[in-house]
Amino acid sequence: MSENILNSANNKIAPEPSTTHAIANQTTKSIINLRSGFFISATTVIVIIGIWSLITSLGLIEALYLPSPLAVVQKFFDVTANGYADATLWQHFTASISRIFMAVIIASAIAIPVGLAIGINPIARAIFDPLIEFYRPVPPLAYLPLIVIWFGIGEFSKVLLIYLAVFAPIVVSTAAGVRHVDPIRIRVAQSLGASRWQIIRHVILPSALPDILTGIRIGLGAGWSTLVAAELIAATQGIGFMIQSASQFLVTDLVIAGILIIALVAYAIEIGLRVLQKHLAPWRGQIN
Amino acid sequence: MKNIIVSKLSIKNVSASYKTQILDNVSFDVSAGEFVVFVGPSGCGKTSLLNFVAGFNQPHSGSITLDGKLITGPGSDRGVVFQQDALLPWLNIIENVALGLELQGIPRADRETRAKEVLALVDLAGFEHHKVWELSGGMKQRASLARALAANPQILLMDEPFGALDAFTREQMQALILKVWHKTGKEVLLVTHDIEEAVFLASELVLMTPRPGRIVERLSLDFGRRFSQGESARQIKSDPKFIEIREYVLSHFFTNREIVHEREYS
Repeated sequence: MSENILNSANNKIAPEPSTTHAIANQTTKSIINLRSGFFISATTVIVIIGIWSLITSLGLIEALYLPSPLAVVQKFFDVTANGYADATLWQHFTASISRIFMAVIIASAIAIPVGLAIGINPIARAIFDPLIEFYRPVPPLAYLPLIVIWFGIGEFSKVLLIYLAVFAPIVVSTAAGVRHVDPIRIRVAQSLGASRWQIIRHVILPSALPDILTGIRIGLGAGWSTLVAAELIAATQGIGFMIQSASQFLVTDLVIAGILIIALVAYAIEIGLRVLQKHLAPWRGQIN
Repeated sequence: MKNIIVSKLSIKNVSASYKTQILDNVSFDVSAGEFVVFVGPSGCGKTSLLNFVAGFNQPHSGSITLDGKLITGPGSDRGVVFQQDALLPWLNIIENVALGLELQGIPRADRETRAKEVLALVDLAGFEHHKVWELSGGMKQRASLARALAANPQILLMDEPFGALDAFTREQMQALILKVWHKTGKEVLLVTHDIEEAVFLASELVLMTPRPGRIVERLSLDFGRRFSQGESARQIKSDPKFIEIREYVLSHFFTNREIVHEREYS
């Protein structure tokens, strides 16, 4: 009975946090939410795998179209041990991940200064803004042929394609982060005698850091979704190449295994970046 | 008490207008060691005037000089305490306080020694390595004050520094700023709309009226000095002389034609 009253009180969107009691309740509630949130997510995944197993074991869909989860796992170990298309799974994986990391590192090195310039300087904004907004919505597959015509089919073209997808989100987030710097903070630095450069280094960059990291997260997502397109360009290694090649030979279990690998790696990196963001910008979400 | 009367800060014929005229021909001198409080209702241009002194904005006419030097922009010779939320959250408390010294290129060990001194002065010793969000509103303002003091400015500028604090904390902060003023001997220029606070703190009280912002009266007071000499705040604030001046300042604003006008029609 009292349990019910407590629950209904907690269900209100904003319980009055005027007493420590209420705050304690809120904290307990969010911990429960966190646990039950994970529990629900895990259950969802297990149920989907269960339905998948059931469909394949009952033979409702042919293995050519949908292999069983067990077959996918077996294929994963098979490719890990014996490789596919003259390369081990690890080689395919490192080929892809190094393309993405190279693209992200180069894109960050260029996009963060460009974003800063756009956010600070109206002339830089007038120069770069139309360029970036013009190419940003174009799907990479649309300009892929042009890249091949211009730069050939080498490694450079692959990294360039991913780079272009990663670049725009980082620029846009950095510029937004710079524009949203609290003007009081800039005045603080000015009143302490800061030069223009010192204001950028001590106030603007740290203020914009959470947005820059968000930009890198979004950019990485865009990078992964461009990976398969990039590995359409005469690749002999890479997870994207492996998926395409396997699909041409109707090795469906390897296609699914490749998709799952990309999903898991991208998810792991995303979680890692979120942790990094929390670590580097712990003031976010604090009442300041 | 003062040995030499030198005008440190000199405001001459300052006028400014944006949509409407906000300051009309304001002239004012601050002598060494004074605690000057600008008091007036919102719209009287007191914050604009402070921003001109800080150098964040430029007046449209007139000039402001500090030690004979024309103010053309912000600088570390004027320490500014903002209303709130002016600490940088990615720095801990001592790093915030030492920021001005860091910008001047002073070595870490020296600036930390200096930062610890001023933190002790504002009763924040022991909070050096706390995060900004771990401090209460009053503590944050004390840290802001320490930051402004650390670079050893010639004058302290404070824009409603206690405006966002609760009444209890505000009383403590008033006592603290008087202690700091007494110990450092620095000139203070403080803007507030809290009349009791203004009368209590000011050695020179400047009354301003709005539309356009003008100085209407200037009073020399000694309540702050009495507090520094050991009298208690409650004793001073209940002193008939204090009440008389407070009521005088209040009546000044509430019989002022412009205020009455606004009260009737807005």
